[in-house]
Amino acid sequence: MGMEFNKETFRKDFTFKNSAKAIKRFPFPFYEDSYMYSVNMEPHVPGPKGSVFEPMFDVDEHYVAEMQDRAMVLAEDPLRCQSLPHMTLAGWDLLELIMESKARDYPEWFELHKDGHNWHWINRPLGIDQKFTFLDESTLPYGPMEYITRQSQGDFTLQDQRDDNLWIEAGMVTTQADWSLDFDIGMSFHEWHAPVPRAHELGVFDRALKFLLKLQHGAPVRRFNWTLTVDPLLDTSPENYPKWGPMRADISPENVGERMYLRVELQTLHRLPRSNAIAFPIRCYLIRFDDLVTVPKWGRRLHRVLRDIPEDLATYKGFLRNRDSLVKWLSQYDDGAPTSTGWMAD
Amino acid sequence: MSVKAPRISVTVAEVVEVNPLIKRFRFVRSDGQPMPPFSGGAHIVVEMDDHGTRRLNPYSLMSVPEDSSGYSISVRRDDTGRGGSLYLHQQVKPGMAMEIGYPVNLFSLDQRAKKHLMIAGGIGITPFISQMAQLTSLGGRFELHYSVRNRELGAYVDELKALYGDRIHLYFDDEGDKIDLDRLLAGQSFGTHLYVCGPKGMISWVRSTADAAGWPKGTVHSEEFLAPPVGQPFTVELAQSKKSITVGATQSLLEAMEAANVDAPYLCRGGACGQCETDVVRCDGHIEHNDHWLSDEQKASNRKIMPCVSRFGGTTLVLDR
Repeated sequence: MGMEFNKETFRKDFTFKNSAKAIKRFPFPFYEDSYMYSVNMEPHVPGPKGSVFEPMFDVDEHYVAEMQDRAMVLAEDPLRCQSLPHMTLAGWDLLELIMESKARDYPEWFELHKDGHNWHWINRPLGIDQKFTFLDESTLPYGPMEYITRQSQGDFTLQDQRDDNLWIEAGMVTTQADWSLDFDIGMSFHEWHAPVPRAHELGVFDRALKFLLKLQHGAPVRRFNWTLTVDPLLDTSPENYPKWGPMRADISPENVGERMYLRVELQTLHRLPRSNAIAFPIRCYLIRFDDLVTVPKWGRRLHRVLRDIPEDLATYKGFLRNRDSLVKWLSQYDDGAPTSTGWMAD
Repeated sequence: MSVKAPRISVTVAEVVEVNPLIKRFRFVRSDGQPMPPFSGGAHIVVEMDDHGTRRLNPYSLMSVPEDSSGYSISVRRDDTGRGGSLYLHQQVKPGMAMEIGYPVNLFSLDQRAKKHLMIAGGIGITPFISQMAQLTSLGGRFELHYSVRNRELGAYVDELKALYGDRIHLYFDDEGDKIDLDRLLAGQSFGTHLYVCGPKGMISWVRSTADAAGWPKGTVHSEEFLAPPVGQPFTVELAQSKKSITVGATQSLLEAMEAANVDAPYLCRGGACGQCETDVVRCDGHIEHNDHWLSDEQKASNRKIMPCVSRFGGTTLVLDR
């Protein structure tokens, strides 16, 4: 694995591009030809070599550009990163988890040396060489959660556990699918999931909460979520809705393949040892429709999923107005052939 | 679905007789790696091979959470129990290989608290020992009120006094000492959280006193592990596994399921966490629930059972497992 990271942008001229290798390893989220909410969690154990599941935290060709984009978002809006005072210990837990995982999974890029609480962290792709004292905030340029999540792809939230509930009380959220940390911070599990249609009635959140309250350190789990985005914009936040909401009106049958992106979140959940909090990394992967249909199974399946999805889900995910165009475009890539179960390419 | 962390292979590094009833055990990893860090109040499940009977008992960690060189637990000998504590006291020696689970915390500190007020009775001191160590390194405020039978059986009283001085308040039953709880609770500042671990009677006394004094429910925390009770043997049918099993007099239903190679979820094995909750398909007879998890209504309905501590008497019990 060489140290080759894309020079690309996620705004304005949108030069983001997946290489052939990135397309091949894209985490296509649909296990079958239809979609409905479910708890759908499985152990986050190392997956096939080269897949996004191989490491604990995937670092790919977009790493450096995504971190530059995050820094720009934070410069404009510092409230994208917040941590309530009692969550600092959970922030240290997260820093330790990420540093240890990356140093283990990518020794050519990251190193962590410990001498008691004197730690030395080297991040070669970002050119960082930091000596600091573990659990002493004054020795880092930011709080521990902000420090490490400025160096980690994907959004992160930290949930405190008490009163048989989970409370979202810290986070770094700059690559989100239209939700706001500033709005949700301090909410309980059911409160921050309140806008999701159908899943409450299906009992999904009751079961998920019950499961997560018993989540064990040393046994992380994962699940997928997904939506659609116009252009490879990471920061589809409510705060910036006026900037990206109108882009959905630009979609026409002619530009679907080029400008529509499937946006997949690989979400993992980790019990943190010192704080007993739960870390929730939400890693976003984008793929252009033109690239997606190069895998015949994915083209067929995405056509069937979008064609058959209930209207309230299409509304919630924000693509109802373009659904007909998308389905018509995708239908060119669906010959009606059967698809195999599972998300891997045939 | 349940996802279990891997077990940790350990070597017994030290066995110390703390007093005539309590022994302390220290475990280090057999592979020489550091132990996972943990949070104050966490417990581990210790696996024992007691002459062919597999026992898995939960014990609070009492070592310093930051100390990754090993874990310590203290075990009070129960001469009339099922045998787990007797096995640890009589059979476990330094150098022995054992298996433990990853730490799980059902009694964690509320990090928002301005002050932590702790009330311990007897062996209930152990989770507080790790909590006070963690609060000391985090700079948190705490105060412990520790009630023991007498000076001889007061485990760790001298060590705690030496470490924490006047933050430790000791009460010796045989000297007539008693915690003046009403006065203690009345004198606390806003933002204080109350924690209690000890015998059943003490927990309900502290909880009801705090409730009567108007303490919000979310500020009062307690932990009580139940030992699975002994009883008459009984037979259970497991519908999914298509098996009929017999639960022995000193065995728990959960242990009998595990002995029959039925994969049953669990965390605390002491009726507190709810992880092993199982649906009852048919019940002709009486379930002795014994747990702290199900509501009184659920218990009366006989539709749910907690295999870690519940027993049964009657003709037929069919479970969805």
